[in-house]
Amino acid sequence: MNTQEIKLPSRIESVDAAAEAADEFAKKCGCGDECVYALDLAIRESVANAVKHGNKFDENKDVEIRFSESGDVIEICVRDFGSGFSVADVPDPTDPENLLKSNGRGILFMNSFMDEVKWENPPGGGLQVKMRKKL
Amino acid sequence: MSDITITERQAGDVTVLDLDGKVTIGEGSVALRTAIRRVLGEGKNKILLNLGGVGYIDSSGIGELVSSFTAVNKEGGTLKLLNLTQKIQDLLAITKLLTVFDVYEDEAAALASYN
Repeated sequence: MNTQEIKLPSRIESVDAAAEAADEFAKKCGCGDECVYALDLAIRESVANAVKHGNKFDENKDVEIRFSESGDVIEICVRDFGSGFSVADVPDPTDPENLLKSNGRGILFMNSFMDEVKWENPPGGGLQVKMRKKL
Repeated sequence: MSDITITERQAGDVTVLDLDGKVTIGEGSVALRTAIRRVLGEGKNKILLNLGGVGYIDSSGIGELVSSFTAVNKEGGTLKLLNLTQKIQDLLAITKLLTVFDVYEDEAAALASYN
């Protein structure tokens, strides 16, 4: 298994840093352009959520990211150290009454571009999202 | 260096904003918001966003397109989109925003639609 772990501070610039690391990892694993794009979009959305909604821009809290590749699957885990939230409570952005809201589409993109997305409350607090994509 | 360049030009009473680069969380989204506010502040409320040069957009960028649309509507104007890349078109389809935006592939047709 091929793995890589990084920790990033809770600031917007970390979104670009995470995406660069994901692109590099994906290319090393032999991902095609579509797969690289999907991973890039998913990690941008998940890290942005971790920085904004999880750690609430508290730079004393890191965003932890783990990339792993096994067989024909790439898995990305993104963890924050915030107070967590219920994904089920996030309004459906495609509901007509939410269409003109300026946010709330990140989880939809993660679900649309990855094959599997799971949310967990790991020991020690925070929220972790595990996303898997077949190569 | 900024991730996005926004160039303004006038086509009759329509203000065309040519976007080139990425519209993502942070700089790209802020640059779009600033450009829209500036144009509205100048009393111009017919705005055509040319997205042909936008190679990448995330949910924050999509949100900024929606905010721009509602801000222009509030001023009694109209914001339309031109030259969507396939990726942007896909994201607007997933979010069902293709039902919200007036989208054109041809600039002349887009400009004519304001009359």
